[in-house]
This record gives sequence, C-alpha cells and structure tokens, in this order.
Amino acid sequence: MKGNYDKAFENVVRLRIMSILMVNEQFDFNSFKELLDVTDGNLASHLRNLENQGYIQVEKSFVGRKPQTNYSSTQEGKSAFQRHLEFLENLIKENKT
Amino acid sequence: MKKPEQELAEIKAMMERSTRFISLSGLSGVLAGIYALIGSGMVWYWIYAPATEFGKNLESLGTRELINRTLLTGFIVLILTLSSAYLLSQKKSKKTATKFWSPSSRRFLSTLFIPVISGGLFSFALIHEGYFHLIAASTLVFYGLGLINAAHFTLNEIKNLGYGQLILGLIAAFHPEYGLICWALGFGILHIIYGSMMYYKYD
Repeated sequence: MKGNYDKAFENVVRLRIMSILMVNEQFDFNSFKELLDVTDGNLASHLRNLENQGYIQVEKSFVGRKPQTNYSSTQEGKSAFQRHLEFLENLIKENKT
Repeated sequence: MKKPEQELAEIKAMMERSTRFISLSGLSGVLAGIYALIGSGMVWYWIYAPATEFGKNLESLGTRELINRTLLTGFIVLILTLSSAYLLSQKKSKKTATKFWSPSSRRFLSTLFIPVISGGLFSFALIHEGYFHLIAASTLVFYGLGLINAAHFTLNEIKNLGYGQLILGLIAAFHPEYGLICWALGFGILHIIYGSMMYYKYD
C-alpha cells in the first residue's frame, strides 16, 4: 500500500498544526492558540513534539517589544504529511471497492 | 484512529480556516449596493437633471461646489459601507465561532486595501489634475483589482465580483459619459446581486 500512516499525526492537535503549516508559510504561537482553542501548555508540548521529529522549525523574533514565536514546516515535515495524506486516500479507495 | 474520511475533512477544514476569511457577510454587500445606488442617484440628479441626456453636462463637473458635494457623498457612502460590513461580519463571525481579527482576515484586508487605497489616492490625483470624467473608471478598476487580489484569502466567488467591476471600469474609461451609470451598476447593482447570492448560499 502506498503512503505511510504517521504516528506523529495521530493526535488531532498535531494533525491540525501540520495542516495549517502546509498552507501557511509561517504561523505564530498566539494565532495557533486562537484557531485551535487549546491551552498554552498543551499547544507547546505538541509543537515541541513536532519540532523534535524535525517536522517543523521555530524562529523567535520580536515585534516591537513583544516576543513572537513563528513556526514553519520543514521539507521533511511536508513530505511526511504528504505520505500520511496518501495513506488516508488509499485507505478510502480500498474501502470503496 | 478516526475514520480516514473524518481525518481528511479535519485537515481540509483547518487549511481553509487558517487561510480564508469566511465571515464576510452577504447582507453587508446588499447594503453597500443600496448606499451606492442612493449616492449615485443624488449625484446624477445634481449633474444631469433636468437635462437627461448623458454626456451633455460633463463640463459642469468643473464647478467647485459640485465636486465638493460629490466627494462628500462618496465619503458618506464609503463610511456607511465600511461600518455596516464591519458590524455585520463581526456578528457573523460570532455566530460561526470564528475569530474576526485573525491572520486570515488581516491578510484579506491588506490584499484588498492596498489596491483600493492606491486607487483612492490616484483618484485624488485625477481630481487635482482636473480629469473628473475618469474618476468613476479609476475607482471601479482599482476596486476590481483589489477584489480579484483578495479572492485568494476569502470565498472564491468574490473573484467574479472583481471581474465585473474591472470590466465596468474599463467601459467607463473609454466612455466617460457613461461613467456614473457604470459606477451605479458596479458599486450598486453588482453588490446587491453578489450580496444576495452570498446571503442565500452561506448565511
């Protein structure tokens, strides 16, 4: 079977984070928090998990005096997500026939 | 593991919600159209009545007082439009539980307003240089370009509205005598049609 079910995206928060980063070049911590409606700690631990796997990268900067943490997906993360999508699509196709 | 269909739907929803501003209210489009029709009706009355032939009275556009009145009308229409769009969209985003002020709405607004603001300034330059007959055309063209530009970040149908405004603007550029009519068609009628379509489809 083509594609690969990726355990990293088993958790729905991580799946959502990765979906967002596939279509946005960058996304910052507070925007994630707003859109996903999760607590700081929860979000941070999922982001760290993805970062440790090399799927996303972090960039810290300042907007005025406020620190801002921006996230973007790595090439590795993108292809892992692509494989995960392929797996899901194939699963649907096979269930149909 | 959830069903793969659900998971794909989840992914799609997140991609849409993070990139597109979906709270744009259809009703505010209808209201914008009505304001624009009233405004252009007033301006039509000042310029053309009692003579009803188009293009005959264009030279009277040169008078200070008429220009000031027309500009004031334009500003009132603009302010009414922006405030009702803001209020209705905010209400809608509350209803759909999406954030009104989000990265996607900011992106939508900046892609829309960069062409629109430069178009506004360009129109002031036209007034300053005395090319009054091209104002309808330039506002329509820049607004159309802004909408086409911003369509990437909101519901896709807005692109067709943009093409409509652009075409009317180009017609008005070649036939300035129909400028006011094109302006009323674009900002008035097209907004009403588009707004009611969006209202029935999404609201």
